[in-house]
Amino acid sequence: MSTLSIENISMRFDLPNGGHVQALKDVTLELQSGELMSVLGPSGCGKTTLLNILAGFLAPTEGRIMLDDHQVKGPDAERGMVFQQGALFEWMSVRDNVSFGPRMAGRSKSDYMGNVDHLLEVVGLKDFKDKAVYELSGGMQQRVALARCLANDPDVILMDEPLGALEALTREKMQGLVLKLWKETGKTIILITHSVEEALLLGERLLVMAPRPGRIHREYRLPFADDGVGRDLREVKKNPEFAQKREEILSMIWDMEEEIMGRTEESV
Amino acid sequence: MILLIIYIAVFALSFFLVRKVLRGAMDRRDFTSLKTVTFGDESAVRPDRWASIISVVTIFLLWGAFTGSKWVPIHAPGPFVGETQFTYTLEAPDGTRDDATVYAQVFKVGNEVSAPEVEPGDGIAKNDSIVVGAWRSELLLMDRNDDVSRSDGARVVAIDGQPVSEGGSVKVADGTVVVTSKGALNFSPAKGMQMEPIWLPAPEAVVKRVGEIASERYQNFTLWEHLYWSLVRVIVGFFFGALVGIPLGYAMGLSDWFRGWFDPIVEFMRPVPPLALIPLVIIWAGIGETGKIILLFLAALWIMTIAARAGVSGVAISKVHAAYSLGASKWQLMRYVIMPNSLPEIFTGARVAMGVCWGTVVAAELVAAEKGAGMMIMVASRFQLTDIVLMGIILIGVIGYGIDILMRKAEKWLVPWKGRV
Repeated sequence: MSTLSIENISMRFDLPNGGHVQALKDVTLELQSGELMSVLGPSGCGKTTLLNILAGFLAPTEGRIMLDDHQVKGPDAERGMVFQQGALFEWMSVRDNVSFGPRMAGRSKSDYMGNVDHLLEVVGLKDFKDKAVYELSGGMQQRVALARCLANDPDVILMDEPLGALEALTREKMQGLVLKLWKETGKTIILITHSVEEALLLGERLLVMAPRPGRIHREYRLPFADDGVGRDLREVKKNPEFAQKREEILSMIWDMEEEIMGRTEESV
Repeated sequence: MILLIIYIAVFALSFFLVRKVLRGAMDRRDFTSLKTVTFGDESAVRPDRWASIISVVTIFLLWGAFTGSKWVPIHAPGPFVGETQFTYTLEAPDGTRDDATVYAQVFKVGNEVSAPEVEPGDGIAKNDSIVVGAWRSELLLMDRNDDVSRSDGARVVAIDGQPVSEGGSVKVADGTVVVTSKGALNFSPAKGMQMEPIWLPAPEAVVKRVGEIASERYQNFTLWEHLYWSLVRVIVGFFFGALVGIPLGYAMGLSDWFRGWFDPIVEFMRPVPPLALIPLVIIWAGIGETGKIILLFLAALWIMTIAARAGVSGVAISKVHAAYSLGASKWQLMRYVIMPNSLPEIFTGARVAMGVCWGTVVAAELVAAEKGAGMMIMVASRFQLTDIVLMGIILIGVIGYGIDILMRKAEKWLVPWKGRV
């Protein structure tokens, strides 16, 4: 069991022109093992910065990240990452991409190969094992990225708009796959997205962030992710509560965007 | 000028012929053939293989035609060869005039000929005979055998009946006669439009030379040894350049300190052409192998350094992040992500470096060497052995082209994902 706690994270850095940016201010949050949290917010609200701090790619200026009993200081195999564009290694086959983590850890082939093949089957790429990744479509590449992350068996999975670049149909299928993998593996997942619908569908918890400075605006606990497991996601969307929540969050983000636009107009 | 007009004419004519005659025969039915907008769409411009073939054939035909090659059926008019004659009119100081005939034997340089025997004839001017090589000219002291000479005050007043004075010239049947400022005659037979072999030898002469030098020796080494040594220098120089340059480029792409330390050096050395270093390298290391290899090492070093540095900066940050999140160590990141990811850049650099090295080795050998392709053509040019020079240039071009093709094949094989990501 692993608890991820974000304690008073602030992030502030200087700009070359003498000004400074307050990307995050006093963000505090705690995730229990197995929770799936989606993060929404207008552009510039610091959600990607927060994810990068969680992954250990950036250091916060204040506060700390604790995973169980130790502090996060840099990237580590315990926190897996799925990127918007796969970030696959073109010079490796699909199977070599998926087995990258275990191989780097120096585990023996017989030890990890069964799991790798199993994961490829789960994401539906059993017949593409030996293909080069650049021969796959965008959706397939993203499945490879998911399998690669899972093959390393991380405690927490961080997803940075993993489905953002996919077209609508593939995206919907992939949302189902994410839910399925979440339930089956019981991983803690933080998922950043631009799509309110996706955030509602996948987020057991939903975090809305506000910009300038980046901070937590509101948090929801939602039933849709649990409803959606193993079901047609379109059915979930027909739920009146879903539509009502979507409108609520959309107008919330809309207002924030308006405010930003208004502010820039004033300053001009 | 005429050559240029002929060339343009062949270009245009073959274009229309190929378009008209072969249009139906070589219809392509692939996707590109269906594009209607091709003017401006670079991807729709594919080299016409017929044009390539005709282009190369044309060069050889023109080369043969203007050098009188036996391999080519049509020839440009050659130089006059054979017997010809013209008359000159000598005027004695007392005003008497007399005509005399000059019999000229024009021969191909290299053949043995003797001057034709002529009757001296009568009158004060006597007939003469001269021997002239094709493309050459010959001074004729026509008054040697005349009754009155120029020292007596006699002068040539007409040639073939056309009046002429000192410094003037007259066109005769097969050439031109110039009256020199001292009053003697200078006969140049018609040159035609072909090139003299010492300017441009015929293709068969060049091919014959290849055979000769391949089996015998030129300047103590056979042709293959000359080319082999040039290639060995390039490969050794390039190898060491890459051996030092690639790690240096990686270091510059991965460390602030390395980047700061070597940036000024690399940026300063990069625009210095390797040829400008030849004098210094000769002073330091002499004209032997060491000097050549140092020069080629320097030529390849900066190119490979910059290519490797660009390769590192070309790695998408998400790939680096992904590898670290999957638990890779710094060394593993280097080995499994940065090195393979920089291969395309390194190959591009290697192709450029090989080209530069090949050019530099020939130039360095031109300056000073004991063996090598450049040395061979340099020495040959001193003795006006144009066929060897030409052969050397052609072989250097062919080898350079061959190196590039090999590098491209290797790239396709080693970096199959290039341009597909």
